[in-house]
Parts: sequence; C-alpha cells; structure tokens
Amino acid sequence: MVIVGAGVVGAACAYYAGRAGLSVAVVDRGAVAGGTTGAGEGNLLVSDKEPGPELALALLSTRLWRELAAELPPEIEYETKGGLVVAADEPGLTSLRAFRAAQGAAGVESTDVPGDRLRDLEPHLAHGLAGGVLYPQDAQVQPALAAAHLLRASGARLHLGAEVTAVLRGPGGAVRGVRTPRGDLLAPAVVNATGTWAGRLATLAGVTVPVLPRRGYVLVTEALPRVVRRKVYAADYVADVASGSAALQTSAVVEGTPAGPVLIGASRERVGFDRTLSAGVLRRLAAQAAALFPVLAEVRVIRTYQGFRPYLPDHLPAIGPDPRAPGLLHACGHEGAGIGLAPATGRLIAAALTGTAGPLDAQPFRPDRFTEGTEPE
Amino acid sequence: MPISPSDTHDLAVIGAGPAGLAAAVTAADLGLTVALVDAAARPGGQFYRQPAAGLGAARPQALHHSWGAFARRAGRLAAHRTAGRIRYLAEHHVWAVTREAAHWAVHAVRGPDGAGARAEVAARTVLLATGAYERQLPFPGWTVPGVVGAGGAQAMLKAGLVVPGRRIVVAGSGPLLLAVAGSLAAAGATVPVVVEAGGYAGYARAPRTLAANPRKLVEGIGHAAALRRYGVRLRTRSAITAVHGTDRVEAVTLTRLDRDWRPVAGSGLRIPCDALAVGHGLVPQLDLATALGCATRRTPDGTAALVLDGRQRTTVDGVWAAGETGGVGGAELALCEGELAAHDIAGRAPGGVLLRHRDRLRRFAGVMAAAHAPRAGWSDWLRSDTEVCRCEEVTAGRVREAVGDLGARDTRTVKLLTRAGMGWCQGRMCGPAVAHLAGETALEAGRRLLACPVTLGELAREER
Ligand SMILES: Cc1cc2nc3c(=O)[nH]c(=O)nc-3n(C[C@H](O)[C@H](O)[C@H](O)COP(=O)(O)OP(=O)(O)OC[C@H]3O[C@@H](n4cnc5c(N)ncnc54)[C@H](O)[C@@H]3O)c2cc1C
Ligand SMILES: Cc1cc2nc3c(=O)[nH]c(=O)nc-3n(C[C@H](O)[C@H](O)[C@H](O)COP(=O)(O)OP(=O)(O)OC[C@H]3O[C@@H](n4cnc5c(N)ncnc54)[C@H](O)[C@@H]3O)c2cc1C
Repeated sequence: MVIVGAGVVGAACAYYAGRAGLSVAVVDRGAVAGGTTGAGEGNLLVSDKEPGPELALALLSTRLWRELAAELPPEIEYETKGGLVVAADEPGLTSLRAFRAAQGAAGVESTDVPGDRLRDLEPHLAHGLAGGVLYPQDAQVQPALAAAHLLRASGARLHLGAEVTAVLRGPGGAVRGVRTPRGDLLAPAVVNATGTWAGRLATLAGVTVPVLPRRGYVLVTEALPRVVRRKVYAADYVADVASGSAALQTSAVVEGTPAGPVLIGASRERVGFDRTLSAGVLRRLAAQAAALFPVLAEVRVIRTYQGFRPYLPDHLPAIGPDPRAPGLLHACGHEGAGIGLAPATGRLIAAALTGTAGPLDAQPFRPDRFTEGTEPE
Repeated sequence: MPISPSDTHDLAVIGAGPAGLAAAVTAADLGLTVALVDAAARPGGQFYRQPAAGLGAARPQALHHSWGAFARRAGRLAAHRTAGRIRYLAEHHVWAVTREAAHWAVHAVRGPDGAGARAEVAARTVLLATGAYERQLPFPGWTVPGVVGAGGAQAMLKAGLVVPGRRIVVAGSGPLLLAVAGSLAAAGATVPVVVEAGGYAGYARAPRTLAANPRKLVEGIGHAAALRRYGVRLRTRSAITAVHGTDRVEAVTLTRLDRDWRPVAGSGLRIPCDALAVGHGLVPQLDLATALGCATRRTPDGTAALVLDGRQRTTVDGVWAAGETGGVGGAELALCEGELAAHDIAGRAPGGVLLRHRDRLRRFAGVMAAAHAPRAGWSDWLRSDTEVCRCEEVTAGRVREAVGDLGARDTRTVKLLTRAGMGWCQGRMCGPAVAHLAGETALEAGRRLLACPVTLGELAREER
C-alpha cells in the first residue's frame, strides 16, 4: 500500500498497517511532519469532546497513545498531565458540570473542582474563578517527534520530497498507485492522509472530500520554570471547537512544556490559507491567557506561528475506504484533533485494509457522506 | 502643522540606518509626513554607529568613511523633527507590521528586551529598511569565550570604543573582514592575519562592473593599504577550523581549503591569539517583510533578500524596501535606494543619475556576493559534537540524525525534531548552518511572525 502524507495521521496509518503485516510506502511532497502536524500543539484531549463518534475515537486513541508511549522512545515526550477546564462564573460552571456528566456516561473520567481548590492544582491561576473540572485522561505528545518515531518504527519506506501529481486508476476504475515526479509507486491500496490538502488529492482520484483550512495561531513564551502544570483552558473553548462559524474564535489553552516555554493556543478562524499576521488574534489569545494566569503578563512571547487545520463541514474526519474509487482510502479532516485521533485512525485503516473487524463503528466517518443525494453517480 | 502621534502618517520608515535615514529625510523634503522607527538609540544603523554620548570620542568620523553623507542627513533629520515633519521614535523595536482597514499599523515595544511599553504608528505606506545581521557558520570551538562576531567587534569598537582582545585573528568571508581588521588595528590591536575562506579572484572576473564602481575600488584599496601599514597578512582560501583554550581563546588552527571549502588534510597551522573575530557576510533582516507576505529571492551568496522592482517596491502593494533588505550591498547603495524609494512613495520620478547609480552598485553587490558565497564543503570542518544551535545546545550530529533518520528536510522540520532554532535567538544565528545541513534547496526565508519578543501583557493591550 501507499500512504500519501507523512504527517502524524499518515505515520499512524503506516505504523498499524506495518504491524498488520502489510508492505507500506509513505510519500510526501515535503519532510516528515512538515504539514499541519508541525504546527500542532500535541494535546491529546478527551475533555473538549461531547459524547458522540469523535469522543469514541478519542477514548480509543487515549488508550492507544498509552500503549505507543511504552513502545516508542521517550523522545516523543508523552505525558499524562491531565487537563483542567475552568469556568469564570456560576452559569459557566453549571453548563460545564452538565457537560461533564454527559461525558462521564460515555466513559470520560473527571473530577469536579470547587473554585477555592483550583489553586491547589494550579497555584498561579487567577483568583475568583467559579470552579472547574479536572480530566486526568488528557495527555500530551510532541507531535513532530511522535510522527517521526511512528514512521521509523513502522518500517515503511519513505519517499520524501515527492509530490503526488496523479492517482493512477486501472481499467475497471480501481486505484493502482500514484504518480510523482520521481516515478510511479504502484500498489492496490492508496491512503489519502494529506490533511488540509486532502480535497486536492481526492480530486486527483476523481472524488470529492470537502476539506477546508481553519487557521490557528499559537503563542510561545520564553523558557520558564514550571508555572503551568496541566493543560488549562476556559470552558468556552468547547463551544469554539464545535462552532461552524467562519468568524474568529479564540479561547486560550495554556500549558507548560518540558523544555520550559509556555504554549498558548489556539485561535480558530476560516480565512483560507492566509498567512499574514493578524494582531487582533494575537491580542485576544494573549488577553485570555493573562486572564487565566496573571503572572504571564510579564513574560515575553518569543514566537508565534500559525497552522491550518483540516476540517470537514460536520467536524468529523473522513476515515476508511471510498466506494467511489475502489482501492482509495481516506484518513483526513481531523481538524484540531488529528494528533490525538491519529492512532485510532491508523487502527481503522489497518482493519479496513486487512478486512478484519474494526475497533469501533466507522460509519460516521464514511468519506462519501457529503455527496449523498447531491451527486447522481 | 506638526504631526501628532495619533495621526496617520504618509510614510512609516522602519530602520534608521543609511537606507531608512535617507528615505525619511528625502520623503520629508518632498512634503510627506514621516514616522521613523528604529531599535537603536541613535540614527545611523550598522554603518554610522555612533559612540555613546558619554564616551567623549573626539572624532567618531575617524572610524568611518563617507561620514559627511551621514552628517548631512542627520542634520536634515533634526530640522524636520523640529518642523514636525518627521516623528523619530528611537529605541522602538517593531515586532510586527499589519494591514488594517485603511492603513498599515506598525507595532513596537520600547527598550532592548521587549520589556517596555508598547507604541503604535499608523501610516499609509511603509518602507522596510531593517538592514542585515551577520551570518555565522559554526566550527569546533566557536563557543569558547573570546570568539566574537566580526561585525560585533566592529560595532563594539564604533559604539563603545573597546577592543575584544590584544592579539585578534579576523576570519570568515566577505569584504567586511578587511574593514574590521583595519579598524581593530587602528584601535591598537595586533591582527596577525585575516583569514578569508573565499577569495578575491571573483572580482577580477567582472572587470566591467569593477570599472563602473571606482568608489568601491578605492574603498578596497584603502582597506588593503591600511592593512599593509599595520602588517596584517591576508590568507585567502583558508578557515579557522579549531579554537584552543577552554576558559579563553589561546590559539586557533588555520587550515587551507579546497575549491569547495573542504579542509585540506595536514595543512593546519597554529596561531596564538587571545581573540577571534569571525563572520561570513551579512543576512538581510526580513522578519517584518516575510510576515507581510513580501516575496523573497535567493542571492548569489545563498541568503534570502526581498524581490524589488526598479522603484524599490516589494511584491506587497504599499510596502517599499531599501538597503540590505533587498540584498547586501553596502552603505552607499543603501543611501541611494532610500532616496529612490522616497521619490516613488511621494509620487515623484527620481533622476536618472540616481537610478543608474543604484543599478551600478547593485551589480557590484552581486559580484561581491558571488565571490564570498559559502561553498558546500564548509560543513566538513564540523565535528559531530560541534554545537550548531547555541541557544538549545543542539550538535551537528543531532541535526544530521534528524535529517538522515527522522525525515527532516529543511530548517523548520529540523527545528521541530531537534529544537535547533527554538531558543532565544529564534534561529537567527544557526539558521544558515541548519539550512545547509538539512540540504534545504528551496531556501525559505525564515518566517518569524514576531520580529522581537513582546511581553504577553503588551500583546494583550488594546491599541492606542
Ligand atoms: C495551531 C494548531 C494547533 C493544533 N493543536 C492540536 C492539538 O493540540 N492536538 C491535536 O490533536 N491536534 C491539534 N491540531 C490539529 C493537528 O495538527 C492536525 O489535525 C493534524 O496535524 C493533521 O495531521 P495530518 O497528518 O492529517 O496532516 P499533515 O500533518 O498536514 O500531513 C499531511 C501531509 O501531506 C502532504 N501532502 C499534501 N499533499 C500532498 C501531495 N499531493 N503529495 C504528497 N504529499 C502531500 C503534506 O506535505 C503533509 O506533510 C492543531 C492544529 C493547529 C493548526
Ligand atoms: C562590521 C561592518 C562593517 C561594514 N563596513 C562597510 C564598509 O566598509 N563599506 C560599506 O559600504 N558598507 C559597510 N558595511 C555595511 C553597511 O553597514 C551596510 O551596508 C549599511 O549599514 C546598510 O544600511 P541599511 O540602512 O540597509 O541597514 P542598517 O545600517 O543595518 O540599519 C538597519 C536599522 O534598522 C533597525 N532595525 C532592524 N530591525 C528593526 C525592527 N524590527 N524594529 C526597529 N528597528 C529595526 C536597526 O536597529 C538598524 O538601525 C559594514 C557593515 C558592518 C556590520
């Protein structure tokens, strides 16, 4: 099989396909983790997901990441640091608690934290917050290193710096490989793991998968001793994640890293692939982070970067075989959770390729779900 | 009527080196209102760096040629400030320029470390004259105390009148080395040798460009004469490949290089010294420009510079650039380009003399860049334990492993997989070396959306 895309999703597909005994080649136009994976923060979150198919995928991934952490080298910086979601006022806390209750029924672990105990967990949090919820399953990896080590452990052959310019189809329409400027790679199965650019790859295979970019900024501070222990964010983040609006949404997720810098992310807005800097977005992210952790106001931000999340209209990824192009599978559209959801995605793809039972119901992720009723074929 | 801080200026000039200073005063002469924003305490940039007031240097011009050109413009700056046509914001570091609905917003912080309060300037047009910084290529021992940047040594000398050692070897590549050696020697240091990795033969291969630039020739001969006077030898096709001493430089090893800058085995020569001033030319400072989306090109010496048209326009409408941002070319070219840009911004056609002068100097800059361009073999002088990124202490061996084993192919992915370039300097120091080790072919100008650090509190504050 050929996997197009050496991001974390392609890497996880290669890893589980390799373990299932398949012979795997991974091709990317650039480097390993040079796409959105290199812009991601590496949060492996269950806390921000409402009950439903994405949460099921996240819970499976949480388990798989734990297994992977035991198998891959420590350089992937896996850490089960837990997430702390805080609410500023009573109405916010009431809805956060209702959210937590629903998640609990779906298998998410959490504990309620009263306002006056928050600073026991995070000593530098602002005073006066109404309360919060602690999610011990929330974890962390360094995304680029995780992708690189998954690929190395997969045993897959890497073809880097080779852009796929065509998807080759046989006489009956079945996919039989891909074309790159450096030659054709033939295989009976091709996995589209091209993230934000997956719509284009799908088009090369004659099908549509409507992936669009959703821009995000991250702020990185100078190295600090640990002032933030967990992933801390305000409850309104959950509403932002689920929002379909094109308008800018920010809700700072604040966390410390092993190397010292504090990461503050991430805004969400739909502006195409616009790479120019928006001072307004940075201002809002900064203001929210300083509101959660007032000590950070004096800390210097040394870098900001942006990335483009791959999102699909219903905010669920496309995972599995595409009935419109036999031999083509998709593993794309994970929006702001692709790092977290990568292992479960890899397992689903490996199961589809080996014809074995998948670890969970993949129906909600069918890649052709957007064209039903709109395309006659 | 004098401009007030909240007005929208006709022009914001970023950088008050030769290019920015010339542009600001010319634009004000032509009737525009100008904000001139610069990180340094005084105008003049790299070239006309002035001793701090308290040091009592009697004749700063002794360290500069063409001081007159600077002094005249500094005088005009003072007059325009008094008349309220130029607002000069010294010690303001611009961290970003952004496009707002009806103007450009220039966002700055005060103070050298980004700890100061924030300031905003609104302008209808922007000129980027942010200059260049020195390129460093790592070598075994370059982190030993006493090893300093060549440009840094010159700057220390010009600004503070101090010398980094008593017996100083000057090494690297590029014509600046001759100027640096001359200044150090004139200030009383012994400079046993200038070690140039490239050569000067390339200049002879472009006789017409040389003939068209007599001032540059005179400058070169002037440097050469000064060096002879102080007994400084010039060794071309050679490099310093080791530094001896742990707490302090005691000696260096000079090694001959082949055409590709690979060390020639067995040619090492030990030279006692107590300091080493080293640099490999200059890299245009493009952070603000690339964040705005200005297109870049690759120069003959392997750095990125802005794509500019004949009128100094960048590829982004409403943004001009002058001086080293368009490719390293020296102070005279910077002055000339600043004036050209100001004319175009004011809607005036510049004189043909100015245009031809610029074109001639730009051609010379191309010849100069090609003659001193680092050749691929330089990385052969690295050992696997040589630090490449000093901020994050990443060695050459780890960079090579990220490329060979983990699939990195450019500075960005090396950074993600090793942390090289993630520290305080944000890869300004290690960027060129990492790009080479990663085999980066397409050379992306490092995209740094923040040109300098800003506190979170300042970032969060509402504008004006
Ligand atoms: C600011 C920000 C913060 C984020 N934070 C998190 C987080 O904390 N947790 C989380 O789980 N997720 C996070 N995400 C989302 C996450 O980064 C993505 O969902 C994930 O990286 C997607 O991975 P991928 O492998 O699908 O895509 P990518 O990493 O983009 O990989 C796709 C690859 O395909 C290659 N490619 C594309 N077209 C072709 C072609 N024609 N031929 C060859 N190769 C091609 C590209 O070069 C690229 O390398 C964040 C995203 C952003 C922008
Ligand atoms: C050691 C040394 C020796 C040299 N010798 C010679 C020589 O002999 N002959 C010759 O012709 N040339 C020489 N040069 C080159 C000469 O200095 C440059 O060509 C000239 O200074 C370029 O002018 P500029 O205006 O483009 O940039 P610069 O002089 O570099 O000025 C840029 C200005 O922009 C400011 N700036 C940059 N970024 C920001 C920001 N984000 N916010 C605010 N301000 C900012 C800087 O503080 C600086 O003041 C030498 C340079 C060096 C370093």
